[in-house]
Amino acid sequence: MKYQPVIGLEVHVQLLTDTKIFCGCSTKFGSEPNSQTCPVCLGLPGALPVLNKKVVEFAIKAGLSTNCSITPRSIFARKNYFYPDLPKGYQISQFEDPICQRGWLDIAVDGDALKRIGITRIHMEEDAGKLVHGELSGPGDGSGVDLNRACTPLLEVVSEPDLRTSDEAVTYLKQLHQIVTWLGICDGNMEEGSFRCDANVSVMPVGSDTLGTRAEIKNVNSFKFVKQAIEYEIQRQIDLIEDGGTVVQETRLFDPTSGTTRSMRSKEEAHDYRYFPDPDLVPLVISDEWIERSRQKLPELPEERRQRFMDELGLPLYDAEVLTSSKALADYFEAGIAAHSNAKAVGNWIMGEITRSLNDSGTTIEACPIRPGQLAELLKLIDNGTISGKIAKTVFDEMWRSGKAAQTIVEEQGLVQVSDSGAIESIIDEIMAGNAGQVDEYRSGKEKVFGFFVGQVMKASKGKANPSVVNELLLNKLKG
Amino acid sequence: MEMTVTDVEYVARLARLELSLKEKELFAGQMGAILGYVEKLKGLNTDGIVPTSHAVPMENSFREDITSPSIGLEKALANAPDRAGSFFAVPKVIE
Amino acid sequence: MSIFNMTIHELHSALKGKQISSLEATSAMLERIEAVEPHIGSFITVTSEQALAAAKSADQLIARGECDLLTGIPLAIKDIFLTEGIRTTCGSRILHNFIPPYSATSWEKLRDRGAVLLGKLNQDEFAMGSSNESSAYGVTRNPWDTTCIPGGSSGGSAAAVAARQATATLGTDTGGSIRQPASHCGCVGLKPTYGRVSRYGVIAYASSLDQVGPLTRDVTDCAVMLGALAGHDPKDSTSVDTPVPNYSAALPQGVKGLRIGLPKEYFIDGLDPDVQKAMNAAIETYRRLGAEFVDISLPHTDYAVATYYLIATAEASSNLARYDGVRFGHRAEADGLLEMYTRSRSEGFGSEVKRRIMLGTYALSSGYYDAYYVKAQKVRTLIMNDFISAFANVDVMLTPVAPTPAFKIGEKINDPLQMYLSDIFTIPVNLAGTCAMSIPAGFSASGLPIGLQLIGKPFGEETILRAGFAFEQATEWHTRKATI
Repeated sequence: MKYQPVIGLEVHVQLLTDTKIFCGCSTKFGSEPNSQTCPVCLGLPGALPVLNKKVVEFAIKAGLSTNCSITPRSIFARKNYFYPDLPKGYQISQFEDPICQRGWLDIAVDGDALKRIGITRIHMEEDAGKLVHGELSGPGDGSGVDLNRACTPLLEVVSEPDLRTSDEAVTYLKQLHQIVTWLGICDGNMEEGSFRCDANVSVMPVGSDTLGTRAEIKNVNSFKFVKQAIEYEIQRQIDLIEDGGTVVQETRLFDPTSGTTRSMRSKEEAHDYRYFPDPDLVPLVISDEWIERSRQKLPELPEERRQRFMDELGLPLYDAEVLTSSKALADYFEAGIAAHSNAKAVGNWIMGEITRSLNDSGTTIEACPIRPGQLAELLKLIDNGTISGKIAKTVFDEMWRSGKAAQTIVEEQGLVQVSDSGAIESIIDEIMAGNAGQVDEYRSGKEKVFGFFVGQVMKASKGKANPSVVNELLLNKLKG
Repeated sequence: MEMTVTDVEYVARLARLELSLKEKELFAGQMGAILGYVEKLKGLNTDGIVPTSHAVPMENSFREDITSPSIGLEKALANAPDRAGSFFAVPKVIE
Repeated sequence: MSIFNMTIHELHSALKGKQISSLEATSAMLERIEAVEPHIGSFITVTSEQALAAAKSADQLIARGECDLLTGIPLAIKDIFLTEGIRTTCGSRILHNFIPPYSATSWEKLRDRGAVLLGKLNQDEFAMGSSNESSAYGVTRNPWDTTCIPGGSSGGSAAAVAARQATATLGTDTGGSIRQPASHCGCVGLKPTYGRVSRYGVIAYASSLDQVGPLTRDVTDCAVMLGALAGHDPKDSTSVDTPVPNYSAALPQGVKGLRIGLPKEYFIDGLDPDVQKAMNAAIETYRRLGAEFVDISLPHTDYAVATYYLIATAEASSNLARYDGVRFGHRAEADGLLEMYTRSRSEGFGSEVKRRIMLGTYALSSGYYDAYYVKAQKVRTLIMNDFISAFANVDVMLTPVAPTPAFKIGEKINDPLQMYLSDIFTIPVNLAGTCAMSIPAGFSASGLPIGLQLIGKPFGEETILRAGFAFEQATEWHTRKATI
């Protein structure tokens, strides 16, 4: 029998606020355990939550950027369960009336037609703390609880079960990742858990219209693992059914070392979260005016920008896609073309030399030692014939190393291109005199040796001779 | 309203309470009596009535995203029944 | 006059006039506490040393001429208020060792005005009770008759005022927990409008109903205390940002022309004859003072107790989940994590608390949420609407606080439902979120105090204080003292 996988993703997006969602503690990553806590995030008796306004603003941005409706009056609810990393014994989340509802993203896998993936809802919630087991400085036999992360603001983005393959899931996830990082509301760091994904996976016989029982896979913290985990889980479920078994609804943990999923014992107990509106928080009312203000402040989104690069700058689709892969890269590109209007050249250099050098040195575009204006200065020198493209690469490397301006390097190292025909002619004469045999060969019809002469001239000029001038003069002279 | 010991056990598990058989029987009887009394609400027509979460109408209570000092590690852990280094220590959690 | 018999305003005059010092007043109170505490049991913790130190600081302020109305006044507060560095138990074994790292906003406000803390007062465990019998730290006895309960859950707060162990006290009121003990102990107790006073640092029982308020010897003191407590707190999202009026200034305005509603549902056949008599006399007094009476109806009153016990217990079941033995409080010896949770909680909580957690958990659990919790929230809307309609025609309402005077210790302890029904006249006010005050209005044949309840419109505290003050001026009930 053939099976149709059905996949829905629940993505937790950690928001880039300075403080937690319900208290003023810092959200900084990597501090001493429990040092960033207060009565509120410790869940001490008597402590009360107060909502961070920026979290609401970020949620609205995320909602507008994923085609969601913003709920005019939304409320917070308590999700009740006991766990040592959950200080209050309940998580403040949203249940009924989440802030964003009914959105979508259009995705394209491998150049296929666009497919619309529904977004059921986006809601705000607080993160739990962190549990550690058997670490040296930690709790020995037992587990240790660190509440620095408790109460950190999250958005949970819940997709419809519209995804059918692991590739679709990854494409959707990457697109969502791009949007939240582009908006500057999340740092997108999957390793540190700033962007986490749970996948709901089920399979059903092709042609069936009844969804199979789903398993929820947790702890998939890279795009690669998402693909692996989903593929493993699909096969596991198919094998199970083929062997006459049945899929049970459960939470499974992905193990990146083995690439498999396993049942989570701790989550086996029947869930009865007893959601109810949190009486400590008041309703959140978002006016049309507030939504409009947020919309005005939204940056141009990757899709719009990509289209503009193609329409206005004439970039090919591939270039436009690469240059809009992050907002910082697209901003860099735009700053570059503002200083030097040759978009194709600026684009090529960013996709070529800049990207290569960033990768080699492990730097991000934000920290690129060559600023867009400096790159533009270099490209100007090529386009006005001051240096050759080949020399430009040498200059680029020096700029990267020293931070000096292109013009300075060219002057200091005497790299200005030689276009003076007199100077080039005398080099040519010298080389022809020293290689009479090759001159004869050329003149007898072996035009292939032309390349030899070009190489010799360039070598003699230390690469500075203007190649087109060299070509023209050589041609005339060799013809005799 | 009838409340069985099994009902009481389910609720006690959710609430993380350990009850003796005597307590379970006592609670089954008392909760049954209270829930029986509460049944009177069912006779009241509440169609179209909006539920009240807050008696005083309030909305949009915010704080700005400005850091305020944490209470510090030692104060945070001062009441901990058990600690290990900078952590609250608990019996091993099996995931 | 003995220092411990003084009101806040009397003591303030004496302090300001340098007739006595705060140190003398505080020492006198501490001696009084020591003398009567074996008979009453109002306190869980007496903070003698800190009190004497605070009194000395207050005396320095007074010497510099900085004598606020509360400077140097010895107060005591319910053990539900967090006090930094001072054990806070909430009447529960589960917090027997809890030393808070911060203080409740309401206590900070009093402290910042120079008030002196004598100690932390006994209460029903987690404020769940109407008799103070559910405290893990022993029962509190009614100073008027030590075989009777003082009322609850702020029983220690009322008993301490009645036994003159503190000049005034703080309590909390979720379903009558200030007004009912005030009534049973013959003192003044006010539950402000929900949102009027910050709940930050007050251990939560039922968050949508809990409110902080004062218990005092007279209405004048009550106005002073409310003025100090009221106001917006950025740490409490449900605290309201409306201006705080000068409550004391409103007191002498009289009740001439004031329209007082008598809700027929509160004057029922089952009412104790002594209570009925006291109400009749109070109505007569107000008539004489020029008030007008209007018969009104709050038709959903009969549903209030059922509604309350669903909403309050549901919220409580969630509020009390944080007592898990992980970060603070009692932790039981246990093998695994689950056992640690269940043992710690079962050892730490008393039976009334367990019963309410169970009831609330049940009301929120899958399959019952709509039938119980949502239904109760809808009925709450109807109860609120009753008050809105009735207040269209009247300025305040006058009702009994409790159907009977204080009952005997042990009388209702085994019948939770009967205990719950004793709050029938106070609960609707919490559901409606409005304000109400209990003031002394007479005594039963056996000499137990009887209180009358004045219910105001939301944020209408000035009006009930004014009405209470007028009554107090015309009667002498508030001047009688328990012989202890």
